[in-house]
Formats: sequence, structure tokens, C-alpha cells
Amino acid sequence: MSHANVSIATPQPVGVMESSPFSIPSKKLVMWLFIVSDAVTFTAVLFAYGYLRNATPNWPHPFRFSPSIINVMVMTFILVTSSFTMLLGVRAAKEGNKSKAILWTFVTVAAGLVFALLHIREWMGLIGEGVRLFQNPWGSGLFGASFFSVTGLHLLHVIGGVAVLTVVALGYKRGRYNSDDLEIWGLYWHFVDLVWMFVVPFVYLLNITRAS
Amino acid sequence: MAAQDVHAHTAHAHAAPQGFVRKYVFSLDHKVIGLQYFFLALTAVFVGMILSLLMRIHLVWPGAAIPLIGEIKPETYLSLLTMHGTIMVFFVLTTAPQGGFGNYFLPIQIGAPDMAFPVLNMLSFWTTFVAFVVLICAFFVTGGAPLHGWTGYAPLSALTNTGPGEQLGADLWITSIAIFCVASLMGALNFITTTLDLRAKGMTMMRMPLTVWSWFITAILGLLAFGVLLSAGILLLLDRNLGTSFYIPLVVVNGQVMGHKGGSPLLWQHLFWFFGHPEVYIAILPGMGVASQLLSTFSRKPIFGYRAMVYAIMAIGFLGFMVWGHHMFMSGMSPYSAFAFSLMTMAIGVPSAIKTFNWLGTIHRGRVRFQTPMLFAIGFVSLFVSGGLSGPFLAQPTLDIPLHDTAFVVGHFHLIMGVAAIFGMFAATYYWFPKMFGRMMNERWGRIHFFITLVGAYSIFMPMHYLGMAGQPRRYSQFTELAYLHRLIPLNTFMTYAAIVTIAAQFIFVINLFWSMKKGPKASDNPWEATTLEWTTSTPPPHDNFGGMTPVVHHGPYEYSVPGAARDFIMQNDPATVTTSH
Repeated sequence: MSHANVSIATPQPVGVMESSPFSIPSKKLVMWLFIVSDAVTFTAVLFAYGYLRNATPNWPHPFRFSPSIINVMVMTFILVTSSFTMLLGVRAAKEGNKSKAILWTFVTVAAGLVFALLHIREWMGLIGEGVRLFQNPWGSGLFGASFFSVTGLHLLHVIGGVAVLTVVALGYKRGRYNSDDLEIWGLYWHFVDLVWMFVVPFVYLLNITRAS
Repeated sequence: MAAQDVHAHTAHAHAAPQGFVRKYVFSLDHKVIGLQYFFLALTAVFVGMILSLLMRIHLVWPGAAIPLIGEIKPETYLSLLTMHGTIMVFFVLTTAPQGGFGNYFLPIQIGAPDMAFPVLNMLSFWTTFVAFVVLICAFFVTGGAPLHGWTGYAPLSALTNTGPGEQLGADLWITSIAIFCVASLMGALNFITTTLDLRAKGMTMMRMPLTVWSWFITAILGLLAFGVLLSAGILLLLDRNLGTSFYIPLVVVNGQVMGHKGGSPLLWQHLFWFFGHPEVYIAILPGMGVASQLLSTFSRKPIFGYRAMVYAIMAIGFLGFMVWGHHMFMSGMSPYSAFAFSLMTMAIGVPSAIKTFNWLGTIHRGRVRFQTPMLFAIGFVSLFVSGGLSGPFLAQPTLDIPLHDTAFVVGHFHLIMGVAAIFGMFAATYYWFPKMFGRMMNERWGRIHFFITLVGAYSIFMPMHYLGMAGQPRRYSQFTELAYLHRLIPLNTFMTYAAIVTIAAQFIFVINLFWSMKKGPKASDNPWEATTLEWTTSTPPPHDNFGGMTPVVHHGPYEYSVPGAARDFIMQNDPATVTTSH
């Protein structure tokens, strides 16, 4: 039983490390990893929707160009624009222009809020037409279940993003967070935007009322 | 951004905490959190073990009155079965190897002061704890624990009137699983980031101990698998409570037409098993890592084929995501899909065989020290081979269909996923106990524990293969009622006695564990003469692991019996210039 000789090594002060295979801060790496796992979560819900939709003969196609698709186009435009304003905010933060960065982040937050309100208004409209989680006037009750689950999960991400971006922007103003934090939560926001790019074709465009 | 800057704000030199709550309850120290996971799993494994004892007693003496519980009714048997599986898979096999030993030793083995995100680490433990409490509550609510099995097959699990336990108990069950998914995802994020970003100078990826590799790959599996179960679980909760029909076709329960229609029970199975098969590897990979570490250390030889071992772990993890359909041959599937799933499943035999070959190659002509950790590591290999060999049988759809609902499958997965993984944990406990608690465990009682457990495990689970081939169904509460199975009752009785003895032997382990914590002989810093970094620090390690310093690594993890070296092992941080293959 021998003792390890600790002193033979030449230890370094804490913080001298092997370089990471990705030259990004750990905080950013973990956001990318979270995005991967969240993408898996969304994929599972979208898979469930696609699986059931393919297996259901009387799947409803309730979305007319006006007002549903126009509304979705407006929402998409707002969300994509908000990604752009987020980019402007992060760029300003990297340049050290704090007030501009905060301004653009709050424009992003506002756009997110408008998106959420438009989405909720659309939900209320569909509920008014009789769409429920288990039934609707047009066909299989699975439509409402899938529609509200997929868009609801996305809406939760939007509302969560709005809340976090507000907190991060305020913290950035007070010096609690830096431009990296803004960039990292910006990544999350772009991811939420990206998910919407899958929701629009799968949930809306595939279910447009067919002229017949 | 320069690499130094990158790490400047990830170096978490948080001060050593004062006060009981900060130090032992809401601790940010990965070592304390590791121990918390370990003791949570230890509690869970005893609950799960008692449930299995009740099941074994009920199987051979169905009318027996059990103290405090009375006679076990068929629906109670199904509840026991469900809770046993759920507790063992989630709160033991997933919690102890990864959350427990991974948390404690991954940062030390790579030379880091802590995990990358200590607060997240604390949150993932306490979230796991809440999940466990929620699950245990299911025993005490009206109707009792759910009876849909750990796999929660719909529509049984998706309706609330399919049995007594399917009321509030099933809601608690699925809520617990969902919370557990969130906890595991947080843990996975932390493990991956820590492994990639917090390695000490010189600790290249190909110098990481195989334990670190297995925890790392396990974390990646968790990252990609638990999100799916989370989604599946939320949809199940919607089905149960908000009237959706994701998993429920038009069904009649007790002569009553349910209001649901259009859903697909197969959808649940796809989502569940897409998680469920990687989960098998989440349970076993850390055990493989520990076995590799110990076989090398106690044979005083480098691990045979280090790179092959690393690539085999990756291959197993990768293939693990492509074989979920082999759990569903019984559910009905296109023969072409079944063929593909069958082929992929058998392909897993290749990396598994590489690992087994390398383990044997490691021991071969080594100067083997048969101490308790080594015995359990050898036991792991033995059980892994015995349990694994029935895998290629079950991978054939034509063989799986007659065998799937019999005890054969129960024997298969208990040997490979249950007992083998548990042997990995025992090996890890005996091996790392001196580092964790500063004392040695009792060697004599360790050996007795090993031999009883090994013989006991084989006596319980090997006969299940025979029972399965003879047609004994699984999940049946009272198989003794079936005339064609009467000849199997004596063998079943033998298995129950074996279970009682094996379970009794586990108390030897627990007493040894707690007795040695207080009374065991003091351990030196490196009692096993091992090479990895955890053996370079004091025992137990200080709050920041290396006393304000970061080690520098000069060697691969398994440099034993190097010709020309002063001793038969070279520590990873030894600057000696003996040239080696790494």
C-alpha cells in the first residue's frame, strides 16, 4: 500500500485547463446542448402529430387563406423580424453600445408579446368555432389535441423566452449580465423561431381547406 | 475569445460552505451531491427489493398472509410489479451509476474543481428527489399504486377506470416520470459540458479514464432520450386528465364505451421505447466503465484496446437509438421493419463482444489481485455475458413472439440490465469507498457478500429462461392456478428461497457500508495503487478537489507494469518521462 506522491506533479493554479474542443464559453455550450434536447422534445410531439394524422381518415382541413393563413403569415413575419432585432441587439452589445442593445432586446420582447397575443387570439377564435382538445365540428377530434399541443408547447417557449429576455435585458442594464448572456439567450430565441418554421408547414399549411 | 478567457468564468472557485444546510443539504459540491444521489438510490433499491420479495412470495404462496399487508390481491401484485420496475429503472439504475458515482468522480478524474454548473447540479438532485417522493406517494393514495407496468402501455395507462391503481396513483406515476426526465436532462447538460470544458491540462479526450467516457456517452444518450419520454408523458397526462385521445382508440371498458376514439396505443410504444432502449444503455454503460477501470487496475495491466473500448461505447450508444422496435415485435409490425430492427439489434452484439474480448484480454496473464472490487467487476463481466447471450435469441422476431410474454425475457433483462448494472455499482462502491469516506470496507464480509450475491443472482434469474421456454407467462399474478404450469412450482419455490437468501445477504453489504464508515481501517490516499487522478488527492478530497491547484496530466489512464518504470503503476499526473504508447 503506497501513498501517492502528490508533490511530484507540477500542479497549476485553478483555471489552467485543457482547451475545450469548442472554443465557446461553457454557458454557450450548455445552451446549444439544451437546444438539442429541446429539439428532441419538439420532434417527439411533432412525430406524434404526424403519426396520428397519417393514421386518421377524416382529418380536418379547417384553415382558410383568410383569415387563418394571413394571420399565420403575419405571426411568422413578426417572429422572424424579432430574430432579426435580437441579432441587432446582440451586435450592439458586442460593440459595447449598451443602450442600443437594451432597446433592440426590448423590441424583440415586444414582438414576442405581439406574437403571443395574436396566437392566443387565434386560439380563442378556434375555440369559439367549437374546437376542443377532444372534438371539433369538422372531423377527427385528434386535430384539436395535436393542434393545441404542438402550438401550445411552442407558445410556452415564446412566453418563457419573453420572460427570460426581459430579465436578462434588465440584468444587463444593471451590469449583472454581460453581452455573452444576451447572445446565449438570443440563441434560444432563434431556436424558438426555427421551431415555428416547422410548425407552420406541418400544422397550418398541410391543413388548408381544399377547394372542392 | 482565447481559451483562458473562456475558462475564466467557468472556473467556479466557490468558497467552501459553512453551516449544515449549505454543506450537506443544499450543497453545491459535486461530491456531496454525488453522495446524496448515492443514498437516494440506496433507499430506492431497498424499497424496490422489498417489492420484489413480496412478488416472489406471492408467486409461490399466493394465499400467504404477509405482516402489515395481508394477502396480496392480483391487482396489488400488478402494483408491486409496476413500482418495482419504475423504482429500479429510474431511481436505482439511472440514479446511482450516473448521478451518484458520475457526479462524485467525473470532475475529480478529469482534474476539475467541480461540475461546470454547480447550481444546476444541485437542482437536478433535488428535482430527482421530488420525483421519488411523488412516486412513493402513489402507494398511499386512493386506489393505490398503478398497475400498468414500468412501460405504462396505453390504453391501460391512459384511462382512469381500468383498475384501482389507475386513478390518482397513475397520475402521480406519470408526473414523477416527467419530473425525473427534467432532472435527468439537467444532469446530462452538466455532465457533457463538464467533460468537454473542464479537463485538466494534458487530460486529452483519449487520456480520459473509461469511466469518464462511459459517463460522457451516457449523458449524451440521456440528452437525446429523456426529451422524448417527457413529451410522451405530457401527452399521456393530457389523455388522462383533459380528454384527448392520443393513445386511446375506441375502447370498451367493463361494458362501457369510452368517450375516446382515434388514438393509437402503438404511438405510446414508439415514443416510450425510443426512450426505453437507450435507457437500457444509460443503466449499463457506467457499469462497463467501472468494470474496465477495475479489471485494468486489479490485473496490473493496461486495459486491452483502449481505443477499441472507447469506439465500442460510442457504437453501442449510437446503435441503441435504432433498435427500439425490437420491444414491439409482439405489437404487430411490418415484417420488413421487424427485419431491420432485428438486424440492428444483432449488430449491437459486435461492440459488446469487442468489450468482452478486451476485458478478458485485460485479465489474461495479469497479476490479478482478487480483492472485493475486482470480484464484483469480474461478476459484472460474467453476468453481462450470461444476460447478453439471450439477446440475439430475442432479437429474432420469430423467436421473440413465443418468448416475449414469458419469464424468459424477465430473466434476460434482469441479468443484463438489472444484476449486471448492480454489480457495477457494488464494484464502484467497494472500489471508491476509501476515497469517499476515508476508510476501507471490510474485505472478508465483502467477499461473502459477493459470493452469496453472485450465486443468488444466477439461482434466481437463470431458471427464468427455462421457465419461459416451458411457457410460464410474465406478469401473471397466480400462475399456480394453471394446471399446465404445476410442474414448474418446485423450481419457482427454489427461486423464491434463493431470492430470500440473496436479499438477506444485501444486509451484509449495508452493515459493512455503515460500519466501515465509522470503524473501518483508515485508508491511504491510493489504497489500490491505481493511476487515475482521484487517487492523487487527499482522502476524502478537499472541497475543491485538489487544494487550490489543478493537476497536470502526463499519462494515459491505465499505465500499469510499464517496463522501466519505478513502480508497477504510473499515476496520470506523474511527470516521469518513461515513454509509453499513450
